[in-house]
Amino acid sequence: MNRELPTRPVPESTIVRPVIADCDIHPCLAKPSDILPYLSKRWQEHAMTYGMLPRHGYQSGPAYPKGQPDAARLDSWPPDGRPGSDLSFMQKQHLDTNKVELGIMTVIAPAAGAAQNLDYSAALARALNEWQVAEWTSKDSRLKASIVVPYEDGKAAAAEIDHWAGHKDFAQVLVLSRTAEPLGQRRYWPIYEAAQRAKLPIGVHAFGYGGYPVTAGGWPSYYIEEMVGHAQCCQSLLTSMVLEGVFERFPGTRMVLIEAGLAWLPSLGWRLDKHWARMRDETPHLKRKPTDYIKEHVWMTTQPMEEPEKRKHFHDIVEWIGIDRLLFATDYPHWDFDDPLWAVPVKLDDAARQALFLDNARSLYGAR
Amino acid sequence: MSLPAQGAIDCDLHPAVPGIASLVPYLDPQWADAVSQRGVHDLESTSYPLRAPLSSRPDWRIQGAKAGSDVAQLGKQALDGFGARAGILNCLYAVTTLFSEDMAAAFARAVNDWLAAEWLDRDPRLRASIVVPIQSPMLAAAEIERRAGDRRFVQVLLPCLSDQPLGRRSLWPIYEAAARHGLPIGIHAGSTYRHPVTPVGWPSYVTEDYVNQAQGFQTQLTSLVCEGVLSKFPNLKIVLIESGFTWLPAYLWRLHKYWRGLRMEIPWVDRPPPNIIRDQIRFTLQPVDAPVDGDALQRVLDQMGSDDLLLYSSDYPHWQFEGQDALPPRLPDSLRRKILIDNPLMTYPRIKEDFA
Amino acid sequence: MARHVVGLASAVASGERLVAEVAGRKVVIFNLGGEFFGLFNRCPHQGGDLCLGRTTGLVEAGSEPGEYSYTRRGEILRCPWHGWEFDIRTGKSRAEPGRIRAKTYEVEVKRGAELFDGPYQAENVQVKVEQDYIVVEV
Repeated sequence: MNRELPTRPVPESTIVRPVIADCDIHPCLAKPSDILPYLSKRWQEHAMTYGMLPRHGYQSGPAYPKGQPDAARLDSWPPDGRPGSDLSFMQKQHLDTNKVELGIMTVIAPAAGAAQNLDYSAALARALNEWQVAEWTSKDSRLKASIVVPYEDGKAAAAEIDHWAGHKDFAQVLVLSRTAEPLGQRRYWPIYEAAQRAKLPIGVHAFGYGGYPVTAGGWPSYYIEEMVGHAQCCQSLLTSMVLEGVFERFPGTRMVLIEAGLAWLPSLGWRLDKHWARMRDETPHLKRKPTDYIKEHVWMTTQPMEEPEKRKHFHDIVEWIGIDRLLFATDYPHWDFDDPLWAVPVKLDDAARQALFLDNARSLYGAR
Repeated sequence: MSLPAQGAIDCDLHPAVPGIASLVPYLDPQWADAVSQRGVHDLESTSYPLRAPLSSRPDWRIQGAKAGSDVAQLGKQALDGFGARAGILNCLYAVTTLFSEDMAAAFARAVNDWLAAEWLDRDPRLRASIVVPIQSPMLAAAEIERRAGDRRFVQVLLPCLSDQPLGRRSLWPIYEAAARHGLPIGIHAGSTYRHPVTPVGWPSYVTEDYVNQAQGFQTQLTSLVCEGVLSKFPNLKIVLIESGFTWLPAYLWRLHKYWRGLRMEIPWVDRPPPNIIRDQIRFTLQPVDAPVDGDALQRVLDQMGSDDLLLYSSDYPHWQFEGQDALPPRLPDSLRRKILIDNPLMTYPRIKEDFA
Repeated sequence: MARHVVGLASAVASGERLVAEVAGRKVVIFNLGGEFFGLFNRCPHQGGDLCLGRTTGLVEAGSEPGEYSYTRRGEILRCPWHGWEFDIRTGKSRAEPGRIRAKTYEVEVKRGAELFDGPYQAENVQVKVEQDYIVVEV
């Protein structure tokens, strides 16, 4: 005996998602060999025979296993390939669903800048840039690329920036945070000079393979320590940028700290101001106090969003940094993804939301 | 009451070893002779260049000698000058930077015996931290055992940045010995320069080195929590000395956030890390890395979520403030009293015995 | 409160899960060795689809830091995004059980014959008297 039980209609979703600029999206190769068509025969052979030789112990993965496979949302694996490797899947799951009007791509794997053979580093960077145009930006106009550069070779990195300068699909220059020397040091200055010339922001994304422990006191044991530690690494690199006078020497520099955390910035600025003032004769090339440079030259992406114990304290941070310096980012498809609908821990007024989600990125990346 | 720190316990004073010769009378004969036979140099750390403005306030310098090398002057300037009733000597003579653990142990013994004879015996208001050879946790624990009977030694001193993160299990004999004797662990700014002072390579400037100590402390706190030191020794207090503290709220938020998703890596951290840290970690006051005008510091103190965390320090003779401004302005009276007196007494049981 | 018939009990083997649309809400139903539990398909943190998370065991401290205890395999769900762990039986987060929990729903198994007299609603299910059904209370 079958009988119909009563049913109810499903209510329409009442959620309205904001239109956003996502300032940290990670496209990646479905498989490593997909980059080969973009490399010359010589570098194809090198890639297959010798590889990257990074300052890092494994050929195929990190020494700290990630929080999720491939550091990705479990739901971001396309039918074939790795998370972030399939444009149509990304469009459906992320760009369309989350109303991404402008998506800034940051290719962090393979980390071309980490290849110690600097000629290979340069060849791989060029290949990744061509791949970004061919496979991504030319197919979806919402996406803009970051110029991958062989950053341990300042001259070659500058040449790569010059090569793409003026290309409408590239919105910034990309380096990783963990470099062979602190990023303010002079071996990197050609990068800042070239970026200034090209009127492009410099995005510094957390991670990389500088070879030094993620703490200044040795290698920790756990992945959680590495993840927390990226915030400290980024504090150190910003300290270097300020004290070496990068912002004084290259006043057109606009630097975006990507996936670095953000709540630490006010405290670091206070500390820099205080101790710079005490020993300012050591850095006579600085004409202004550190926080003046930071205020003028530094932007930060919001993911991984700060989650204060008392949410209201988020307002303090926004006030101290300035809402105009914050850029929303999701980090799609990575596991610590921020959902634009839920990530911000406090209620911001409409103007602040508009700035955070869209306008700041439009003016930063649109102004050339 | 006109003095700014009336009745306080000053938790960070730096006595200077006048020179390597000063330790010779306290060294085992073999090492005493080695000082001259091998030309052992003065073991002052790179972290504090003697003439750098940071290293001494101009009015605390001594003509022809190191600042902080005179016990009477220290008592007068650091204690009398601010109204403090007692103070803890943290000797930064860098025996922890030596590569030979045997030599480090010998010189640590000498420093501690020198402190007892030349400082503690001469001013009853002074207390000291036990300098230990962190190069060998076993020898470090032995030095704690050797000195712990003298209750004027009130904590164990470790450098912030050394060979390995401070939570690592191989260092636990130090924590066991400290806990056994009710001694807090004091971790002081500075590096043994085994690794670059930043996680992204060697810095160019002393200013940069010093600013980066705050990041070093943050990573060490992560290590102490994640490895389980605080879980294993729930009664152990750890004092971050000259670390700055305005970085704490942002740091706690990040650690807490990642712990929620990665707790399974470190299940012995079985309650929110900020709670553990508030229970067991303390911070000396100077340097106060916040603007004195405006309400930023008040807001940071609110974000820190506890009045128990700060311990008064002048950081004598380091130059962290001008004149009598050892405390930031506009602290509520109740918090001020806690920083000056109650928090130090709660942190250091041996000081409480004598000065409560 | 209403009771919704969402599917055949036999459709969810032990260790498996079913996502059911119940009164407009997605509920993930788990079968733990014959016992059924329901969680709202939305992580209370940032809204990840819990139905896409992997199950794990309960990782706790052994007697010392460095010693792990691993029990209740398959009874803890990790969010597919940030990895927050939830006890499938209670919805409580492992990290902060007193503060954070996934919304739970009462789930029971009923004989089809019992369903025609009570306050039950079917969610795209044809109910037959002789079979067992999963019933969710919302």
